[in-house]
Amino acid sequence: MVVWCRDWPVVALDVAVGEPVAVLRANRVVATSAAARVAGVVEGQRRREAQRRCPEVTVVERDVDLEARAFDRVVGVLDDIAPRIEIVRPGVCAIPTRGPSRYFGGDPALADLVRSSVGAQLDDPSGCGVGIADGPFPATLAARRSLGRPGAPPMVIAAGASGSFVGPMPTATLASPGPLSNELVEVMVRLGLVRLSDLAGMDPSDLADRFGADGVVAHRLASGLDDRVPHLIEPPPDLTCTVELDPPAERVDQAAFAGKTLADGFADELDRRALAATRVAIAVHTTGGAVIERLWRDGGTLSAAAIAQRIRWQLDGWLSRPHAVSRGGVCRIELRPEDVGRALARQDGLWGGADERDERARRAAARLVALVGPASVRMPEPGGGRSAGEQMRLVPMDLVDPAGGARAGVSPWPGSIPAPHPTMVLARPADAEVVDARGRLVMISARGVLSGTPTRMSIRGGPWEEVGGWAGPWLTDERWWDPEGHRRRARVQVITASGVAHLLAVEDRRWWVEGTYD
Amino acid sequence: MIRSINSPDGVRNSPDGVRNSPDPGSVDRLAEMIRPTALAADRTLPVHPALAPLFARGALQRGSVVRLCGPGATSLTLALVAQASSEGAWVGFVGTDDLGWSAAADLGVDLGRVLVVEQVPTGQWSTVTAALVDAVEVVVMAPDHLVRHGDARRLAARSRERGSVLVVTRSAPWPIEPDITLHATEPRWEGVGRGHGRLVARSLTVSADGRRSAATERRASLWLPGGAGDLAVRHPVPDEIARRREAGAVPEVHGTALVS
Repeated sequence: MVVWCRDWPVVALDVAVGEPVAVLRANRVVATSAAARVAGVVEGQRRREAQRRCPEVTVVERDVDLEARAFDRVVGVLDDIAPRIEIVRPGVCAIPTRGPSRYFGGDPALADLVRSSVGAQLDDPSGCGVGIADGPFPATLAARRSLGRPGAPPMVIAAGASGSFVGPMPTATLASPGPLSNELVEVMVRLGLVRLSDLAGMDPSDLADRFGADGVVAHRLASGLDDRVPHLIEPPPDLTCTVELDPPAERVDQAAFAGKTLADGFADELDRRALAATRVAIAVHTTGGAVIERLWRDGGTLSAAAIAQRIRWQLDGWLSRPHAVSRGGVCRIELRPEDVGRALARQDGLWGGADERDERARRAAARLVALVGPASVRMPEPGGGRSAGEQMRLVPMDLVDPAGGARAGVSPWPGSIPAPHPTMVLARPADAEVVDARGRLVMISARGVLSGTPTRMSIRGGPWEEVGGWAGPWLTDERWWDPEGHRRRARVQVITASGVAHLLAVEDRRWWVEGTYD
Repeated sequence: MIRSINSPDGVRNSPDGVRNSPDPGSVDRLAEMIRPTALAADRTLPVHPALAPLFARGALQRGSVVRLCGPGATSLTLALVAQASSEGAWVGFVGTDDLGWSAAADLGVDLGRVLVVEQVPTGQWSTVTAALVDAVEVVVMAPDHLVRHGDARRLAARSRERGSVLVVTRSAPWPIEPDITLHATEPRWEGVGRGHGRLVARSLTVSADGRRSAATERRASLWLPGGAGDLAVRHPVPDEIARRREAGAVPEVHGTALVS
């Protein structure tokens, strides 16, 4: 069974139903609320395009940790129904149904129970789709299909009928977030294998010849079978890694740090045996005697960073539960591989590649840190502020969440200069002088009026340049309540005769260059 | 297929016009011709479609060295790496102090896959950049000192081996001729008047020249930044409008609205 919650990044934000919201990552929309979709905002659009389509849309930066924490609530509810829950990603989880189905009297009864339990946790119960089929791939398709029907009743595919259910679906369903890479699926479509029934009808050895292991996986999936058998082997029993925490960790970050080291050691151990884990069981033992175990899987193999992130999610979710009984501290974390496959040399061909590049960057960055020190290797993170220097800061790399991405920082700052932003932002602003046609220094009054027309400017005492055009001033009166931090300054955009544009700031009679639009 | 090749010594016509099978030598030559060449196209990193005309294969060749100069070189650098970054490549920056990251994000760079190394002591520069070439697929450098010939050669060799791209920006000097040089020229901002408006967009003309396949000069007219803070192709304004704009009769508005 697969439980698919639609638009989870938006649901996790707890917005009111009917409000248009778009979640972005790297300036592109990754999830939208139903109201935003109606207005024309679609995944993959850039921020400006989305705002043009729907001016009232609230734009939020993606926060995967928040999504994971919120999803843990849902999973907690399912804990009472089924013993083993596999979390694929925040918003989607898979449950093997043999035992629970017998206990609750059949697949349809189980599906209804799950659907109502999860629906009770969500603001919009019809945003949760439940599908039961022979394997995770057809069950996912069934869950998504059930969302398309009014009221989203769960969809149960009879045992053995998965092949015929899956047949009419287009091959594009195999592309991400499915198991195969986009390029591979594109090639298949171009070769004429438009529907999964076309794929299933081909001879598996032909597909293996043309596409390799991917082709065999595609054939099995298109026939409604489980995708896991061809390249999986029995995990060696001694691969379980444990870390004992003594004294027990009371805070999430302490435990998460130990988890990170554990995940690294685990991944290295698997690496040594040329294996890669596709499903991992993480068990967290507390001093109160409780054990919280979860199964995690991802689209492909789980890297050390991904495992460390999931350990953090699991700890986070457990801690934020309101009725966490006799918590105690975390005294032990166990990592057990459930499914392993041969670690293939060309991993990016099989699973998409993003993980492999991230791993490479992370490991080599560690070497860089050893060379120049941790403070010198940085990543940009949004801060908050009006001046260009405050809006984005460089933060030492080990303080940045390894798989995080930009956090929320897009709150509105009235009075900040709109895009385009300067491409050079001086950390130590450069002094400048701006004079009018008569050579007098241009000053700014308390009301934000310039005392003259800027005619010439010089930076750091350098040669004087003619001012071709200028715009502003944009006045900001910051922190008026703080006698120390009170700043009343204005910003002016200036273009020199040679076509170079600068962002200048002026306070009383002092000018300086905040940034250059190089 | 063989019939369509004109090789006089390969195909012998018999007197009655029927062609006999050609001699083995020409078949081998033919096989050489149609054997797929080592797919140099696979060894590329994607670029924004507006920049593709500047490159011989429409994309950044892995293992190459690109140099950027002129006003607007910084924006151009960020726009150049943005497409690869948004598709999963890591980008490393060394020596490029004071970059504007909001602008980078607007141009499409994925800030979650950016490594910045600042304040590198001159003596360690070559080790640090070598480590960076191992880590990421694109290395952007703006060395403030003159890099030694040997260091530059070793770095280029390492990047060729790793399949990374070296980008030298801000007109920094580079001892070896780069594979391709992009010159940004004729910057013209729109949107700002004399005391009113705000910076909206800049038109830029970029020309590319370089070695080997980049030897023919190519040009592109761009809006960088365009109205949304990103990169866009600039279509030429008809002469009549350009002339009237010079005379002040037509107000300067962000370009494409007038071209219809």
